[in-house]
Amino acid sequence: MRVYEVLFIVAPNVEESDIETLITQLSDVATNQGATVAKTDRMGRRRLAYPIQRFNDGHYVVLTIEGSGAEIAEIERRMRVSDAIIRYLTVRIDEDLKRAEKLRARRAQKAAARGSAGRRRGKPAPAAAEEEELPEEEVEEA
Amino acid sequence: MSNEPRHEGRRDDRGPRQGGGRRFVRARKSCRFCGEKTDYIDYKDSRLLGSFIPERGKILPRRISGTCAPHQRMLATAIKRARNAALLPFAAD
Repeated sequence: MRVYEVLFIVAPNVEESDIETLITQLSDVATNQGATVAKTDRMGRRRLAYPIQRFNDGHYVVLTIEGSGAEIAEIERRMRVSDAIIRYLTVRIDEDLKRAEKLRARRAQKAAARGSAGRRRGKPAPAAAEEEELPEEEVEEA
Repeated sequence: MSNEPRHEGRRDDRGPRQGGGRRFVRARKSCRFCGEKTDYIDYKDSRLLGSFIPERGKILPRRISGTCAPHQRMLATAIKRARNAALLPFAAD
């Protein structure tokens, strides 16, 4: 299972209702191929940092798609063909999220170890309190 | 004897800086992302990324911002993605 973030920019002269149908069309492509659309985020109309096809702003839409990766090819093909979409960007994020999760877990573990070590020396452990899930790992008494 | 620089309408920028040897002890720069315990830098967060983009649109080097190496790598990737999404400029001015 892979997680992708598909960002695309719709031209500013496209009607609101057409953007909605565009989003549902692309979502349907994903769901028809067995993927799920986890999140649809409309960032709204924003200024572009540089002109694209002579447009200075556009509607930003982000779809978070969980799937095998095969559906991304079809979605990208459709976006490339569409006149309304002036730019798209697909980023695979599951590996980054996994890495972030690992770092968070390691930090929690460190905080827990530091916290129990500090308590033995009679110091309070301020860092350990803010971590939500501390792993069940006690530092053994030497 | 008279070490005072003359100020009569003359803009002499070498004036009062004499002798040298005065060094500023600057506070140690620290990684902002480590301080905030950031695990992933989102490319869509253009306001955050914008603070690492000087006027010209280049990526602020680590030696200026003090960002640690792992976070600078994440930051550079995020900025490059944001540029492709037209959230940040490739080059300004």
